Amino acid sequence: MDEVFRALADASRRSLLDRLHARNGQTLNELCDGLAMTRQAVTKHLGILEEANLVTTFRHGREKLHYINPVPIHQIGERWIKKFERGKLTALSELKRQLEKRDE
Amino acid sequence: MSKPEFIYTTYIETTPEKLWLALTDGDFTERYWFGHRVASAWEIGSPYKFSKQDETTIAGKVLAFEPPKRLSYTWDNQKTDLKHERSSRVTFDLEPRGKVVKLTVTHDNLDEGGKTFRDISGGWPMVLASLKSLLETGQPLPPMSSPAAQG
Repeated sequence: MDEVFRALADASRRSLLDRLHARNGQTLNELCDGLAMTRQAVTKHLGILEEANLVTTFRHGREKLHYINPVPIHQIGERWIKKFERGKLTALSELKRQLEKRDE
Repeated sequence: MSKPEFIYTTYIETTPEKLWLALTDGDFTERYWFGHRVASAWEIGSPYKFSKQDETTIAGKVLAFEPPKRLSYTWDNQKTDLKHERSSRVTFDLEPRGKVVKLTVTHDNLDEGGKTFRDISGGWPMVLASLKSLLETGQPLPPMSSPAAQG
């Protein structure tokens, strides 16, 4: 679990996860496209995310595809959320989402 | 193989044999898969289904059955509003890694933008976290309660 928090404690790595969340199964080239990071930096960050099991890779022919793996994040959530709280938290998140959407 | 839509990985402190049983035994799945029992003769080509309170929720046929390494089946959601969506495919790969087993779940052949696609993106992390919890602690996770599912 320490490595999950370590991996998430970096804005560049979170933005890579955001990109995979928006479109899953990208190659290194696709992930580098439009980012202000060097290819080496992206490779390093992906390695850390993979080590923390937040990213899973898959070989598709000659390409290596990267997939976001939300299972560890889900486990972290489950650890501190009680069953009866979940409905209220879902309602709160939904409220926040709705209110913030209106400001856009 | 087409490019998969989703790949989920989890490392579980268990043996491949126990994990295999957890994936293929109805009494087991009922405990961590939020009440869904799996049933099949488990032969290649044979049908299988998941049911909850005697209602079939997911059905399909077995594509690969290689205990305790690889299990694959087609995935047809039985909800009436999803019947028109094409049959997708789920594959479980189990790899022993010392004291843990790496479980990879690949879901492909999905209709992108379909409802099954959306359901799955939330569903697998819940099921896998619950499976891991059951095998490691003896307790599954409580079901996710969305406002619609409460009661």
